[in-house]
Amino acid sequence: MASAPRSEALPARRIASDHEGFLRHARFRWLKIGLAACFIALLGYVAADVQPRPYGGSWYGYTLGTIGALLIVWLALLGIRKRAMTPGRWSLKAWTSAHVYLGLALIVIATLHTGFQFGWNVHTLAYALMMLVILSGIYGAVVYATLPAALSNNRDQLTLGEMIAGIRAIDRQLVDATQPLPQEFAQLVLGATGEEIFSRSLWRRLSGKYPDCATQMAIAGFHSASGAGDAAAGRVEALLIRRKGQLDRLRRHTRLKGLLEVWLYLHIPATIALLAALTAHIVSVFYYW
Amino acid sequence: MAELIRVAIVGSGPAGLSAAARAAALGLSHVLIEKADHLSNTIFKYQKGKHVMATPSQLVLRAELGFDAGKRETILGLWDRQIAEAAVTVRLNAEVASITGEKGNFTILLKDGGEIHAEAVILAIGTQGNPNLMRCPGGDRPHVQYQLDDPGEYIDEHITVIGSGDAGIENALGLAADPAQGNVVTILNRSADFARTKEANVQLLNEAAAAGRISLRLETTPAEVREGELVLDTRDGQETIRCDRIIARMGSNAPRAFVEACGIEFTSPEREAFPLLSPVFESSTPGIHVIGALAGYPLIKHCMNQGYDVIEFLNGNTALKPADEPILAAKFAALPGKRSVDDWLGRFGANIDIFRELSVLQLRELMLDGAVKSFAAGEVVFERNTPGSSLFALETGSVLVEVDRGDPSRTVAIGQGSIFGEVGLISGRRRGSTIRAAEAIIVVELSRNAALKLIATSPGAARAVTRISIERQLLQIFGSGLTGEDVAELVESAEVQTMRAGEVVLAEGDEGTDIYIVRRGSMIVEKAIGGRQVFLSYLPAGSYVGEMALIDGGPRTATVKAAIKSEVIRLPGDAFARLLQRKPELLGKARTDMAARRDVNAFIESRKENFSGAVDMYSETAQFLVDNGIGEATDVLLIDETLCIGCDNCEKACADSHDGLSRLDREAGRTYAHIHVPTSCRHCEHPHCMADCPPDAIRRGPDGEVFIDDTCIGCGNCQRNCPYDVIRMDSVPPEKPSLLSWMFLGLGPGPGEPSKAWRKRNAKGAEQPKKAIKCDMCSGIDGGPACVRACPTGAAIRVSPEAFLSVARMEAQD
Repeated sequence: MASAPRSEALPARRIASDHEGFLRHARFRWLKIGLAACFIALLGYVAADVQPRPYGGSWYGYTLGTIGALLIVWLALLGIRKRAMTPGRWSLKAWTSAHVYLGLALIVIATLHTGFQFGWNVHTLAYALMMLVILSGIYGAVVYATLPAALSNNRDQLTLGEMIAGIRAIDRQLVDATQPLPQEFAQLVLGATGEEIFSRSLWRRLSGKYPDCATQMAIAGFHSASGAGDAAAGRVEALLIRRKGQLDRLRRHTRLKGLLEVWLYLHIPATIALLAALTAHIVSVFYYW
Repeated sequence: MAELIRVAIVGSGPAGLSAAARAAALGLSHVLIEKADHLSNTIFKYQKGKHVMATPSQLVLRAELGFDAGKRETILGLWDRQIAEAAVTVRLNAEVASITGEKGNFTILLKDGGEIHAEAVILAIGTQGNPNLMRCPGGDRPHVQYQLDDPGEYIDEHITVIGSGDAGIENALGLAADPAQGNVVTILNRSADFARTKEANVQLLNEAAAAGRISLRLETTPAEVREGELVLDTRDGQETIRCDRIIARMGSNAPRAFVEACGIEFTSPEREAFPLLSPVFESSTPGIHVIGALAGYPLIKHCMNQGYDVIEFLNGNTALKPADEPILAAKFAALPGKRSVDDWLGRFGANIDIFRELSVLQLRELMLDGAVKSFAAGEVVFERNTPGSSLFALETGSVLVEVDRGDPSRTVAIGQGSIFGEVGLISGRRRGSTIRAAEAIIVVELSRNAALKLIATSPGAARAVTRISIERQLLQIFGSGLTGEDVAELVESAEVQTMRAGEVVLAEGDEGTDIYIVRRGSMIVEKAIGGRQVFLSYLPAGSYVGEMALIDGGPRTATVKAAIKSEVIRLPGDAFARLLQRKPELLGKARTDMAARRDVNAFIESRKENFSGAVDMYSETAQFLVDNGIGEATDVLLIDETLCIGCDNCEKACADSHDGLSRLDREAGRTYAHIHVPTSCRHCEHPHCMADCPPDAIRRGPDGEVFIDDTCIGCGNCQRNCPYDVIRMDSVPPEKPSLLSWMFLGLGPGPGEPSKAWRKRNAKGAEQPKKAIKCDMCSGIDGGPACVRACPTGAAIRVSPEAFLSVARMEAQD
């Protein structure tokens, strides 16, 4: 029922931002490249006539090892790429996509490089650290792909600051509403409002379970009392229930954010350790050549 | 028969008083006639203690009476004393019923039956006796008033002042001045900027609005007056506010019936028109002279100068030049030809279309704000993509517009008398094409404000600008095969209509063949399917609708309504049909456009049976986006929350690309169906921030980005005017250590915006002044917007609404 204005061609410098996630980026371009790399490496492994048996020191082993080491260094550079806002036609999404799929391809490439020879030495340590990094990375990719929607649903257009402000607003109402009540009730309310909003326990943050939640205990305490029909206590109880609701939302938010971030505390230190072990591995290999 | 005096002066405002004082000084026999029981009724009725301003400041005062900026009481006292000292003959309580006779012998009949005979009459009656009335339903209710004597009279009332002219602003400020009165004051302005208002008043109003003392509503007009409340038409639809009293200050117009009864002709039939005058203020009835506000001069200094001048002219001093003569002479000195000021003004008035209905006097005033320039053949008037919002009018010669940026030899001519640069005037965009002089030319350049004022005060100029912009828009939309003559009939019959947000332009099923062009704002197209309105598409300014019914016949196939307050150009269907018959290529082009739309209609129809949630979801999401300002956006940042991990790398990237200050707040903003609209600039088609920028520092760049340049003075007007809260005021933080020294040595605050504490610790010398900052779409940065490039998961996308709000996306997602 209408015509759009004849739009000029988009200015060349404007990136047409396609609406695709990092896993689907450019129609799974990096998945395809990663699979192709795995396939070629496997094919080579089968075809290469290495005697007496495939091992890292063969010509094919060196080839795979060089590719693997370069890949590891390049994959580790994502941390710098992400933070260095240089101009240019790059997109971090493409980098992430490549990081995920090439990182996965590394499992095949590095394992073939080992020739399935493991032992208690620095070489296997490098391999183990690499697998640790990759496994933590797989967890990361999975949570990145699955949790954001839940995070968005839970926050319901609120910012973290607004969530905290909302709880603090209820706290102020609680202080006023508690005035007419006896000391033992006041203690319950003070316990609830005095509790730290963010728990120091990593386990609680990630599990979302707070067994001795002071607000929950205060609700229970009031519940038995307000059954007697005290209107003032009933008001405080209602406020506590609202506080609990908002606290739950905040805790779910912290939990989801925690799950999205916690793996990085393994992924990145393990990467640094891997780089160190890899250096040792390469130096020792050449030293004993 | 009573004695015949030399001159009768009707009205004792600044103009009449000044004329009478000069007449007395020259010893001419005269009488000053005033209908009230005191002199200068308009200023007498100003609110108590009002500060009266003396603008324009560059104009020299030439009068017997003194005048300087000051309190109402001081000025009235001074004039009363000087009039008494000058022995002016004054007749108070005398209202004129009619003026008859001819030059040399006029008879002025008074309402009380008295008669005055005079050789000449000076009409200086002003316009305040004839205010513009409210014309919306309920406008005649008793709580609507057109004047405010003492703002101290009202306490604890919800008062709405309608009209943000000087009078309205001063009333509103007066009512809100003392918080102890407890008044809730709202002031309405029908447009987004203040074209006719004194700069100082606009500043005071903005300050009051920022401090929360007055609620300022832009682009708002009254829709209906009810008891105790007022219905408003706002940019985003209707709204009802509490209102106990309305003070309507919507300007005033000449008491036309009376003036015309004296035989005086006006320049045009519109309400706002002024009497036709000669350079010596003589009207079309010889012997009757018109000065002051009635002649189109509402400012006191002008009025007083004219009072002096008109008496000099009557006294035979024809060589007298107006007081602004030296200013204009200096302006015109650089032009070739060495003509006199009068000669130039005469040529401008005769040769330039938009000036044609201005009197010489109005033209003089306009030229005080304007500039005149001459260019040699081939010289560039302005270049494509240079900033500029002034309007040019061609007095001599013609110019060539380079229409193809790749090929400068493809040009279109604009001839003598026409205007150019009007696109910049309307949108604030950079110049769209380079313009060169085709021969030696002389142009008048009006600043954005002067041009807006001209359009607001002169109906003839407004008509001319509208006609030219419609013609250019038609030619642009319907293609290069057409010429001005082809569309002349359409232009003549075209009509500009203003649409409220949500107002229906075309209703599905209606008969009618008129075509509509979206001139300003945007439209949404809907179709009723299974009892529900399904969103079909979004139309930005520059689109046209309605030709399907014209070409195919039959009723309208979809409903088109305004997404935000918009303007459409209505073209009569029969005239358009004749154009299509004459131009078969145009018909072909229209058919191609229609085919695409028919596909969309067919697609929606095909889904009618198994009407899935997808269509509903699409429809509701589109509505959500329109509600959040996407309707007026040109490029907006959206975040897909099924992908966003909340890392805030977009904000950090933004800060690191722009002096360490982020221009977006990812977490804030609305969300629907996991589509999040963060607090970030939408680069509106008609940016609200641009409306009121004193140094004109906000402009539109070549890629459509709206940006603030270095001339920002940090006043904060744009921040207050932005409906989406995307502008912040901040100063540039100190330089951070490099990324690598942060990574390996732990120096500095790391990527992103540094914390306040870090900034304070590392501040070098005095803090930088705060300036307005907002998204500039990473203009000048290779690779484009940093927020999108820096998103690790692809959640951040930048879209233009017409691309995002299309059914094609729904098809793709299925």
